[in-house]
Amino acid sequence: MSQKKSLLWLTFRMPLAIGIMTAIGLFSALLGDGRWDAMAWTGLAIPAVICVQALLRR
Amino acid sequence: MKSSNLRRWSFIHTWTSLVCTLFLLLLALTGLPLIFHHEIDALLGDAPSFPTLAAGTPHLDLQQLVHAAQIHRPNDVVQYFGWDADEPNGVMTIMAATAGTEPNSSHTFMLDARTGQALEMPSANGGFMMLMLRLHVDMYAGLPGKLLLAFMGILFVLAIISGTVLYAPFMRRQPFATVRRHKSRRLRWLDLHNLIGVVTLTWALVVGVTGVVNACADLLIAAWRTDALNVLLEPYRDAPPLTERAPATRLLEIAESVAPGMAPDFIAFPGTRFSSEHHYAVFLKGATHLTSHLLTPVLIDASTLKITATLKRPWYMDVMGLSTPLHFGDYGGRPMQILWAVLDGLTVVVLASGVYLWWVRRRQ
Repeated sequence: MSQKKSLLWLTFRMPLAIGIMTAIGLFSALLGDGRWDAMAWTGLAIPAVICVQALLRR
Repeated sequence: MKSSNLRRWSFIHTWTSLVCTLFLLLLALTGLPLIFHHEIDALLGDAPSFPTLAAGTPHLDLQQLVHAAQIHRPNDVVQYFGWDADEPNGVMTIMAATAGTEPNSSHTFMLDARTGQALEMPSANGGFMMLMLRLHVDMYAGLPGKLLLAFMGILFVLAIISGTVLYAPFMRRQPFATVRRHKSRRLRWLDLHNLIGVVTLTWALVVGVTGVVNACADLLIAAWRTDALNVLLEPYRDAPPLTERAPATRLLEIAESVAPGMAPDFIAFPGTRFSSEHHYAVFLKGATHLTSHLLTPVLIDASTLKITATLKRPWYMDVMGLSTPLHFGDYGGRPMQILWAVLDGLTVVVLASGVYLWWVRRRQ
């Protein structure tokens, strides 16, 4: 991997992982209740918690 | 990134954002109470309350319900009957002066399917929640208002894409989620803007794009009418206007006979924009979780009660069906509503910090 590419990967791997978790969350609750809902809450809680934490930290 | 490229993306990000920010703030703020509209209705006493009857009390048939609606509002005609899994004993009823009256001039209420008693739903016809809804949907400007908001949604999506491109040159020198707190207020908010923006990106994109689809619903419905309905209605073109209408009694059984296992979502009475002058249209929804958002219309001749056609759904009607839950966040219980509200609030933070960053930079 070239240096430029690896830098891009380092920058975006976390946002990408969070994005995929959010997408799984958004979609899973369309498929069912119970376990599917819980999966959706997890997926959506990840971005929410990261941001709220960053805002509140002083 | 070359500096000329950086400037170009920066320009795109600044202006797509600035143009849509005020509208997006309006959408985010009015959307917040809308996420909880069921709960707010219940709290304000606006939700219809059904009397307690013995369990298993039989339901009236549809024609009896039409009759009950007609007695409740003698000067109006029934446009739609709708069903909701949360209110098994209720039939949502929409009436207006004529079948073709536009939705904002209609009157919505609930019929108790067991007794035919009319239960008012004040928030569906006016008041605070209706104000929020109209500001959110069309700013009281009808189709032009919806299309303007759709355009703002497209700018929002462009702002998100250009913002992601800019994330790399700004953030690559630091570990993920670093916020430089103590250097300057501007740096702190720059880092927060970048972090919250990139982390909420998927949610904001989905809500943005589905919002644009919902705003274009009128156009999609019009396209569907031209596409699917006009061909089927060709034989009816010279038919005399309907004077005597067959009773609605058995509409659901007739529709379900060609689509077993599906459940009713709503019935459009003859003359509305979801039916034709000569047809009842029964919209059935699928039985599984996913397909419950996808509707299959069955056209039933309003004088003979013969089925004219079961319509195939064009792809854009399916997109529209799935866009509704994905925009409203009402498909995953209370925790999902709360997370939706938090993410909505975070979007406000991104919008406001964006304006702040632009303002500070401009003054330098």
